[in-house]
Amino acid sequence: MRYLSPLLAAALTILVGYALFSALGRDPLAALHAFFVRPVSTANGVAELLLKASPLMMIATGLALGFRANVWNIGAEGQLILGAICGGGVALHLEGAASGWGLALMVVAGALGGMAWAAIPAFLRTRFNASEILTSLMLTYVAALLLSYLVHGPWRDPQGFNFPQSRMFDDALLFPLLVEGTRLNASFLLALAVVAAGWVFVHKSFLGYQMRVAGLADAAARYAGFSATRTVWIGMLAGGGAAGLAGLAEVAGPIGQLTPSISPGYGFAAIIVAFVGRLNPVGCALASLLMSLLYLGGEQAQMELRLPAAITGLFQGMLLFFLLGADVLINFRVRALRRAGPAAASAGQAA
Amino acid sequence: MTDALVPILAATLAAGTPLVFAALGELVVEKSGVLNLGVEGMMLCGALAGFAATVASGSAAVGALAGLAAGAAAALVFALLTLTLQANQVAAGLALSIFGVGLSAFAGKPFESVALPAPQPFALPALADLPLVGPVLFAQPPLVYLSWALFGLVSWFLYRTRPGLVLRAVGESPAVAHAIGYPVIGIRYLATLFGGAMAGVGGAYLSVSYTPMWAENMTAGRGWIALALVVFATWRPGRVLAGAYLFGGVTIAQFFAQGAGAAVASQLLSSLPYLATIGVLVLISRNPNVIRLNAPVSLGQSYHPDA
Amino acid sequence: MQGAAAAAPPRLSLRGIRKAYPAVVANDGIDLDVAPGEIHAVLGENGAGKSTLMKIIYGVVQPDAGAIRWEGRPVAIASPHAARALGIGMVFQHFSLFETLTVTQNVALALDGARDLAALARRIAEVSQRYGLPLDPRRLVHSLSVGERQRVEIVRCLLQAPRLLILDEPTSVLTPQAVQRLFETLRQLAAEGCSILYISHKLDEIKALCTGATVLRAGRVTGTCDPRRETASSMARMMIGRDLPVCAHAAAAPGGEPRLVLAGLARAADDPFGTDLDGIDLAVHAGEIVGIAGVSGNGQQELLRAVSGETPLGAPLAVQLLGAGVGRMHPGRRRKLGLGFVPEERLGRGAVPHMSLAENALLTAHRAGGMVRAGLVRARRATAFARDCIERFAVKCGGPGAAARSLSGGNLQKFIVGREILQAPKVLVVAQPTWGVDVGAATFIRQALIDLRKRGTAILVISEELDELFEICDRIAVIAQGRLSPARPTRETSVEEIGVWMSGLWPGARAAGAPAGGTGGATATQA
Repeated sequence: MRYLSPLLAAALTILVGYALFSALGRDPLAALHAFFVRPVSTANGVAELLLKASPLMMIATGLALGFRANVWNIGAEGQLILGAICGGGVALHLEGAASGWGLALMVVAGALGGMAWAAIPAFLRTRFNASEILTSLMLTYVAALLLSYLVHGPWRDPQGFNFPQSRMFDDALLFPLLVEGTRLNASFLLALAVVAAGWVFVHKSFLGYQMRVAGLADAAARYAGFSATRTVWIGMLAGGGAAGLAGLAEVAGPIGQLTPSISPGYGFAAIIVAFVGRLNPVGCALASLLMSLLYLGGEQAQMELRLPAAITGLFQGMLLFFLLGADVLINFRVRALRRAGPAAASAGQAA
Repeated sequence: MTDALVPILAATLAAGTPLVFAALGELVVEKSGVLNLGVEGMMLCGALAGFAATVASGSAAVGALAGLAAGAAAALVFALLTLTLQANQVAAGLALSIFGVGLSAFAGKPFESVALPAPQPFALPALADLPLVGPVLFAQPPLVYLSWALFGLVSWFLYRTRPGLVLRAVGESPAVAHAIGYPVIGIRYLATLFGGAMAGVGGAYLSVSYTPMWAENMTAGRGWIALALVVFATWRPGRVLAGAYLFGGVTIAQFFAQGAGAAVASQLLSSLPYLATIGVLVLISRNPNVIRLNAPVSLGQSYHPDA
Repeated sequence: MQGAAAAAPPRLSLRGIRKAYPAVVANDGIDLDVAPGEIHAVLGENGAGKSTLMKIIYGVVQPDAGAIRWEGRPVAIASPHAARALGIGMVFQHFSLFETLTVTQNVALALDGARDLAALARRIAEVSQRYGLPLDPRRLVHSLSVGERQRVEIVRCLLQAPRLLILDEPTSVLTPQAVQRLFETLRQLAAEGCSILYISHKLDEIKALCTGATVLRAGRVTGTCDPRRETASSMARMMIGRDLPVCAHAAAAPGGEPRLVLAGLARAADDPFGTDLDGIDLAVHAGEIVGIAGVSGNGQQELLRAVSGETPLGAPLAVQLLGAGVGRMHPGRRRKLGLGFVPEERLGRGAVPHMSLAENALLTAHRAGGMVRAGLVRARRATAFARDCIERFAVKCGGPGAAARSLSGGNLQKFIVGREILQAPKVLVVAQPTWGVDVGAATFIRQALIDLRKRGTAILVISEELDELFEICDRIAVIAQGRLSPARPTRETSVEEIGVWMSGLWPGARAAGAPAGGTGGATATQA
């Protein structure tokens, strides 16, 4: 039952997409085909799908751990940027000295950078009771400005014709490609590893159980002696670490350098992915494919249909709306069926 | 001295005004027990609708009304999800913000290169001639005066009228309000729509009067700052007003510092409003009793009479 | 008066009222008549359908079938507004008051068309004086004691000059003495012609107050009677279908070592509406049950949290478990030392509503059952533990996979008590062991506690039901205004003495402000 509403939501989103394309004077079937099918009709397209899904599934898995415990980290976009800054900073300082451990060092730096940025709201929440929703979001704006400062200032490439971007990283410091001729790289495997680790944590570990209790009934968690402070810290750091990794994977992957904008909103889209994936790591992995397709579709729509790529954001928002609505409708049906059950039974007795 | 001060103070009021609208609206919503995190999305919808309507009609008043309607319409989606369908308020609010960003960016593309004439301030006769306060307070665009009227209205409504008492009662305990016989869901609908309408006007003020232009994501987090302001103000209208102008001041100070050629990176100055938001949140939240005594008790919790 | 009642139509008359919920038929073919000026009891144990019936009469809930007549006329009561328009007032068991508003504002909200708050405040003072229910209209509700809050509810009803007043379990928040004063007020009202529907499961009170009674069992009427002519046991048979069960209780075996010691326990409440604890001393020994009586809201919640560790203290020695100072430890570490705890709220604190019983076993029993190894959960062990608990404590449910919220209150309470007992605690703390539980489960739980005592566990029970404490406890203490009285051996005290103590007036008690719970009204009006 739980897994029906994401499918329903996806179907409704496509349905509204049909209506939208018609209203915009495009042939709706052709437009839907261009949006949802054409991007993945080539091997390269599939590689792009997996490439864009990687950061989404990493971040969504990390965020889901927190969301399950009512820790609302919505600043993953900022944590992603910090991961890129820290990992990228390591790459810039490893000039020439690059070797096998260089990339490993960047991965660690990226994850730690994201965690550090997430640690600020975690600290403010546990120490001062400040809402992590607002503080983590505010820090996203600050992170974007910090990156902007770095690439306009100290880290700007002197040979870069004054463009606000860093020097390209050494090839040895980039994730190796998985399939030659595409952009799909080893960070996809990293993403799968994050999902697997998240799955074990959520479904098998006692800590994961404790965080689930905290999310479902915080008085029960206090009663059982599960630390609320630890719950917040784990929830925030999981999301921050995953977002940091994703940021590093972007700059040490398809981008190859630091630029003022390194993410088309992956940190926010991952919130939707987490919900559509039912806060379940495997679900997140599947939902990230759908979300990735929305990104590819948006690019395709811009090229073929001459529609703004911002249509991606529109579809993302609709998807989450429909999911929330579908959840209720399906629950309501279940409730209505249950209600009908005993009434029918007692009517049977009366007869 | 005063000559230098007047433009700064006048600009501070102007910069704080969108926050006054959005935060006062959200204050009323939260007083009824509903937490709508979609302020940013509603402001963007209002900003785009206001801009488009002003371009089409040539009238800023029509633009403001369009912003109001767009904000309310966005809030209606949220209300349907959370009040009728009982969806989680945090998730639905996030969805509204993400959706508002996406929708306005998509629909706003054609308006990105359109320019509107800068609106003339509406100087109140006699009052505008007063020294210092005159040019600061009484030579502002009409929406600024309206924001003060809104402040008076909200304060009077919440603390001086019976419907305001009922609204606060619903926010404290929807179950009790229902047991006594008040239509909890209906009251929360009205409050949510009002909040959306005010966020929409705040957005329209930005695009029609303050900048005046349309750009993707032009609210730049003001919706979220408005949410923080409501907490900072401990749910009191007077403090919302003060907080909004404080943030207006921070925003303006950054422009003047940049204009004066301050030897600080512009990005650091630009991040001041966000850092200040975090600062005031921490300041108010660190004493849990302040929140506990002032926050509406049922804030953010779904309620349904049959449950 | 009897003659007049026979001539006039009943004030309220119900025929064939039925209300079904998804899981249960709450009311089935209920008939009920209340004469003008009659004090009529609706009697039944927890879950018999009394509250649903009252909500139907007050328009909160709509019946599926049946007819309602008001003074002879058929009516449909669509809402509480409609009920109040007819002249029906209701005092809820769980008060319908807004904590952050004043008494006057609270009354105004329930009074259709009350605009002038100053005039209303004067009327409140006037009515409260007339019926011996002293109140200060300007005070904020959260600063009132539970007894005073009940007065606000009653006065709010009286201001509408009701012709039928419904009181749902009104005495559970009062000291025995305050109960007597409430009865005087109700008799005065009835003499003025107001009918009263009195909902209770306390047979002695009904015998003392009511002139008619309708008995409910499992949603159906099992009889009507004149309580003055019945005995408590004859009414009990109507109520539960058999004699009231009694627990087998052996005499106390004194001389056990002190297992739980509270020494000068003091703590300012975190919650601004809470009660500060002050200088609490108590020792609970191996092999005894100590009870703490008191009107709710006098510091029970705060004391329980301090003992369980949910709100740790600054001073380690304020709470001592088996000789070790545990005041600063969190609940998990106290449990490790042998503390078991059954909280008052079953759903949401003692158990996670949406989780299965097996998962709920994991909540506190994960140490005892070896359910966690290397940080991973061993689901099979949790299931086995839950199954064992279900069998040994006769929990009626769909098995270890059933969600906690699908159980009835009594069965969930048996599961939680069982979960704590199966961990073989050295000290067990139980809050409201049988609150809202049916008679069969209540007896089972009390017997389980007594059996556990026999095995040497030190047991602390906090309850608002005096009868229960007198039934199972070896010693009884009283909490009032955050202070604890000395504990008295049960055999050497009486309900009357404990009742006086519940007002804070035990020998040697430090003189303080208004005691909570019903006798403090006089001081309140002078404020």
